[in-house]
Amino acid sequence: MKLTRDEQDMLEGKEGRAKQRAMELLVQYGEALGAERFVDTNNVHLLIGFYPYPQMVTPRDSDELISKFLLDTDERIVVDRVKSFNTTHIWAIDLERWQVMEASESLHELMEVIKKYCIRTGVSITATCTPYQIGNVPTKGEHCAWTESSAVPFCNAVLGARTNTEAAHSAFAIALTGKVPLSGFHIDENRLGTHLIDVELDVNDVLEWYLLGYFAGEVCQLAVPVYQLKHAITPNISMLKALNAAGASSGGVMMYHIIGVTPEAPTLEAAFGGKKPKEVLSYGPAERRQTYENLNSATDERVDLVNMGCPHYSLEQLRDVARLLEDKKVHENVDLWIWTAHQLKAIADRNGYTDIIAKAGGHLLTDTCPLNTNLFPKGTKIVATDSAKHAHYAPAIGGVDVWFGTMEECIDCAITGKWRGELK
Amino acid sequence: MSQIVLKGRKAVGGTAEGEALVTKQTISTWGGVDAVKGIITERRHELRGQSFAGRVLVFPSAKGSSGWSTVAQVIRLAGNAPKAMIIGEINSLTAIGAVVMQVPTVTDLDQNPTEVIATGDWVKVDADKGIVEVTKKG
Repeated sequence: MKLTRDEQDMLEGKEGRAKQRAMELLVQYGEALGAERFVDTNNVHLLIGFYPYPQMVTPRDSDELISKFLLDTDERIVVDRVKSFNTTHIWAIDLERWQVMEASESLHELMEVIKKYCIRTGVSITATCTPYQIGNVPTKGEHCAWTESSAVPFCNAVLGARTNTEAAHSAFAIALTGKVPLSGFHIDENRLGTHLIDVELDVNDVLEWYLLGYFAGEVCQLAVPVYQLKHAITPNISMLKALNAAGASSGGVMMYHIIGVTPEAPTLEAAFGGKKPKEVLSYGPAERRQTYENLNSATDERVDLVNMGCPHYSLEQLRDVARLLEDKKVHENVDLWIWTAHQLKAIADRNGYTDIIAKAGGHLLTDTCPLNTNLFPKGTKIVATDSAKHAHYAPAIGGVDVWFGTMEECIDCAITGKWRGELK
Repeated sequence: MSQIVLKGRKAVGGTAEGEALVTKQTISTWGGVDAVKGIITERRHELRGQSFAGRVLVFPSAKGSSGWSTVAQVIRLAGNAPKAMIIGEINSLTAIGAVVMQVPTVTDLDQNPTEVIATGDWVKVDADKGIVEVTKKG
């Protein structure tokens, strides 16, 4: 890679060992990508509180721990301050209500160690998979380095900012140095559409956008789909969040276009940069039905857990779910867990949503979800969810079977204890 | 036994050889792999239940979660790393994943590795030179 003077200085250790180690990792990373140079960034979404195998995390000295797990070295490196503005992705547990999750004291202690480390080094403890819902909203063209596969397409496709899906190690090194390899979706030509998807159906609610995204991810994988909607609609944030989360679960969709909706696709020609699509696919009733069946892995209608808010619920979704739960009671055999960001829960608290959920017997939780540390309520075998992402991952992580449906179907299930959802 | 040579480029340096485990499907390590057991766990994955430990993993690239390198590192720490990786189209997740997996890795090959190589073939990877030598099984 071709390095600038300041990058070379960091690599030579002139700005301390932490930046040097970060540059070493970034040069290896950039070479693996085939990148020729770095570009500056001041917007990183870090993954620092996430330890899916906490039994492997032995050191409790935070500098030793972060050196080993994020800087990938047994040498104890002390970080002074991270350079870039940053937010943090989910942590291992709800940092306040971890006992509701029956998380261990040891895992809670680990989180406290990391919290102190973050405060000391200038890492923001936001703890959400939806940074764009809590104040990290990049501008068009801004070079970012975000973790969280469902947030990345929000950054790229919805906002027109630029990021690849970063991982824990790359994001930390990028935040330390303010440098990201110039590759992938930082480069104009890679952002152009590759596959045209003719959407013949009316996609008018969150479930429909989940199904469309899950279909597109499966057929497009790492490509850039371009959605042409037969029935025009302007999707809102909850719908696009669903599209993003689904496409990055069945596939690796980091960038897409919706003609007439997303900022880099005013027209079909603009979306493809004047080139022809590599493939033209059609999304109709048969594709929709098959996708729905792919997502539903359960057969037993008795449900143990209703899990909602993956990715973290928006304010609109919190309001809607509270309305559905007003004067209702969650069935005694069911746990109802609803996930959002800490910051949005503060607003839910103020507006009475949290009380409504609690009175019904549900829990409004923050900072994580059950998948991250495989913390489902004990004995959970069947889960109902309104998230295609949760439906995709929960069987492999928790060994559970999943029903996927609408928010209304999930709340009906929470109240009756039975899954009665169907594709309408 | 027929031999095929593929030419590509180094992603992570080093040399290794072993039996190939090939998939035409992308892989998400988080939510798709049990790092401690070293097996693929994704519900509808064609390699579900199979172990990549000590083999040469040949796959198109990463999909899914940004937990890729976190899990890749645990795979290495748990002693379940593949001997080498051959990646069709490297992306941000597989690139940093290969760096922390610390195994020889090649990409951008002149032939599609998931078409040319089959599970059970013997594969020699010289990542520094970007060369893959495949000895077909049987």
